[in-house]
Amino acid sequence: MTEVERHNYDVVVIGAGGAGLRAVIEARQRGLSVAVVCKSLFGKAHTVMAEGGCAASMGNANSHDNWQVHFRDTMRGGKFLNNWRMAELHAKEAPDRVWELETYGALFDRTADGRISQRNFGGHTYPRLAHVGDRTGLELIRTMQQKIVSLQQEDFTSYGDYEAKLKVFAECTVTELVKEDGRIAGAFGYWRESGRFVLFETPAVVLATGGIGKSFKVTSNSWEYTGDGHALALRAGAGLINMEFVQFHPTGMVWPPSVKGILVTEGVRGDGGVLKNAEGERFMFRYIPDVFKGQYADSEEEADRWYTDQEGNRRTPDLLPRDEVARAINTEVKEGRGSQHGGMFLDIASRLPTEEIRKRLPSMYHQFRELADVDITAEPMEVGPTCHYVMGGIEVDPDTAASAVPGLFAAGECSGGMHGSNRLGGNSLSDLLVFGRRAGLGAAEYVESLDARPSVSDADVTAAAKHALAPFGGPDDGGSEENPYTLHTELQQTMNELVGIIRKADEIEKAIDKLAEIRARIGRVTVEGNRQYNPGWHLAVDLRNMLLVSECVARAALRRTESRGGHTRDDFPQLDAQWRNRLLVCAATGDQPVPAVDVEVKEQLPMRGDLLELFELSELEKYYTEDELAGHPERTA
Amino acid sequence: MAYPAKLRVWRGDTTSGELQDFEVEANEGEVVLDLIHRLQATQTPDLAVRWNCKAGKCGSCSAEVNGRPRLLCMTRMSIFDEDEVITVTPMRTFPVIRDLVTDVSYNYEKAREIPSFTPPEGLEPGEYRMQQVDVERSQEFRKCIECFLCQDTCHVIRDHEENKQSFAGPRYLMRVAELEMHPLDVADRVGDAQDVHGLGYCNITKCCTEVCPEGIHITDNALIPMKERVADRRYDPIVWLGNKIFKRDGA
Repeated sequence: MTEVERHNYDVVVIGAGGAGLRAVIEARQRGLSVAVVCKSLFGKAHTVMAEGGCAASMGNANSHDNWQVHFRDTMRGGKFLNNWRMAELHAKEAPDRVWELETYGALFDRTADGRISQRNFGGHTYPRLAHVGDRTGLELIRTMQQKIVSLQQEDFTSYGDYEAKLKVFAECTVTELVKEDGRIAGAFGYWRESGRFVLFETPAVVLATGGIGKSFKVTSNSWEYTGDGHALALRAGAGLINMEFVQFHPTGMVWPPSVKGILVTEGVRGDGGVLKNAEGERFMFRYIPDVFKGQYADSEEEADRWYTDQEGNRRTPDLLPRDEVARAINTEVKEGRGSQHGGMFLDIASRLPTEEIRKRLPSMYHQFRELADVDITAEPMEVGPTCHYVMGGIEVDPDTAASAVPGLFAAGECSGGMHGSNRLGGNSLSDLLVFGRRAGLGAAEYVESLDARPSVSDADVTAAAKHALAPFGGPDDGGSEENPYTLHTELQQTMNELVGIIRKADEIEKAIDKLAEIRARIGRVTVEGNRQYNPGWHLAVDLRNMLLVSECVARAALRRTESRGGHTRDDFPQLDAQWRNRLLVCAATGDQPVPAVDVEVKEQLPMRGDLLELFELSELEKYYTEDELAGHPERTA
Repeated sequence: MAYPAKLRVWRGDTTSGELQDFEVEANEGEVVLDLIHRLQATQTPDLAVRWNCKAGKCGSCSAEVNGRPRLLCMTRMSIFDEDEVITVTPMRTFPVIRDLVTDVSYNYEKAREIPSFTPPEGLEPGEYRMQQVDVERSQEFRKCIECFLCQDTCHVIRDHEENKQSFAGPRYLMRVAELEMHPLDVADRVGDAQDVHGLGYCNITKCCTEVCPEGIHITDNALIPMKERVADRRYDPIVWLGNKIFKRDGA
């Protein structure tokens, strides 16, 4: 039998970013034993990269803000495709989740009267983002990391062992979820350091593995973002929704090439920075789409006044939702008004005094000075779209974060529904907190409800081990060896060029063909060396997940014949009300290591009446079909 | 433009290792980590290196370049001459696992020994009120990305394994300072700073400050003020007398 290190926990959380850590805290506080497994060192998760802030309608900066306004903004940002129950829970609970962080020791920037300061961001009606300069994600991770340490200190007092009830398994990759009779029974993986296998016997797994950005060439995402949770869930029998919606953040660095894609926070625009093309024109005024007409300033003068007087003026179109700004930049560059390196200019230098820029945007100042030799207090930044976030993910119950597989929960970026077709900036950190907590709670309640625990069969463990070690065995079909780095590069190139920010049927079909070719070659991926800290092997394992989620993205993108949020079809450029309520659900078929993907259409539940009434009928008419609105009170009255 | 750069990289594991020479293509604007990645993709697929964000925000890719503790992702090739041999070695203060990857568990153990944030009793979530000027002191320390370069360079532990037991290192002494300066924290860690975390070992050579990629003034703003608090508590004759009379513990 395969040699495996075994552990037994009530709940295993995979991923130690914001959602994972919040789930851990909740499950542990409910008295359960919890393991958190992460591919990197503890505290390095991609959440540290979040810059701008965490959206919560605390109303500290503008007392008119409340959960209803936040809910409306979120639905608009997602073009009404969002799971409205998730958007409701999110808007209602975000303030409590932020205040809770202060009790863990977080130190947000303050208002003059000592409360948490809130900043402007794209798509948010009022200044809403709790922040710490431009390193808010780091503050969230550190705060929750330190809260976990404090829970371990309490356990040390009670049990004489810091790790008695809560242990971090850092640099450990989960490759397989194991089930018994359809329910989660465990998770199998390997230690990156030694390559040795580890099995977690557990009735409940919370997936909090983040996104899929590493399937694209130009991305703001770290190497960890290989769609592991998406793929694990699919293979375990859960469905993925909204996979065609991929957010390209409008402002990534474009020069030098080695930093292409690294994020430039939306906070630059929130704090007064403006986008200009090579002719010096503030072009965003030309790109206000019909659905947002009337909500944004149509002159530079009004836009500039808005920063100081939000009651009397409309917001600048520089702060339209991210999908709109990314498309606008793309068009400007394509029409020949791009910068030297194919981007747009983002100017904060002429808008704020040097000291103020360095105080509000210290990381950006540092990043551009160190990596691009650009002083952002004196010159504009060159920026362009970068793959940033996947709206799609595991379909979950909004209240409990439970997937269709008993015992399997998901929260954060790897779950789907909350953000609809496009996520607003700042709604990710709040999403992590709200649904991380709910997933921890959901998993805890599930475990408490069980009479007996499922067990892991030896056959499943042996199969998982064999699957993980396959790349050491050479080509599975006697063909020539493939290098995982080469295959990864081809995959990224394909997704970037053919299923990127602007899509067309023939290009997506070409991508699907190319993915089929990669699928045929992936069994021949061969790695050198031994199992000890071997990045070639690690990539070979992750590559299967990237291929599987790429297929989901491409196949769903081909099916959706309209443009909405993070899915733009050149051949179907309009929003189509017939598509608004339709979700595309990806499911895995067959039991090969990288299963085939099947896409089906599913209707969402109609929005609850009291929530629907938060919107003006005239706004809903821009998104809904006539039939859907027939029962609206303003119509029937 | 592109040129063949000369890289000398330490390769090995817990048992043995050596410096190996490589020639790797370097392009405009690249950082040392780009070259390490190119090495992996073209010559040494199993070369072990930690990294994550590649933007100086996560503190994973810490190593030593020509003997100086640095983040590989923030070390631009343009600071070296094109014909210069660039030597990349793992952090010396921590045990090697493989190649450029070291065992940094010492840091996580030290983190657990510092009593956590302790808010005043009865203060409810949402009721926290603090002034910006007051939070800024601790905020500077919370910029820390835990790259552990300050720990790596600190001479108290760099070549003195025996001191690790009784010395938390600049990163965690700074954490003590951060909590002590938190406007609402009510716990007292001043005595422990000296007795448990080894503040007295620090003789303010500022090496930690020099290597900090976040530019945190570790020595001036964290360690020296902590030393002053210890000194005020321990060597102020009136406090000393008060402690004798009232038998206050822990000071």
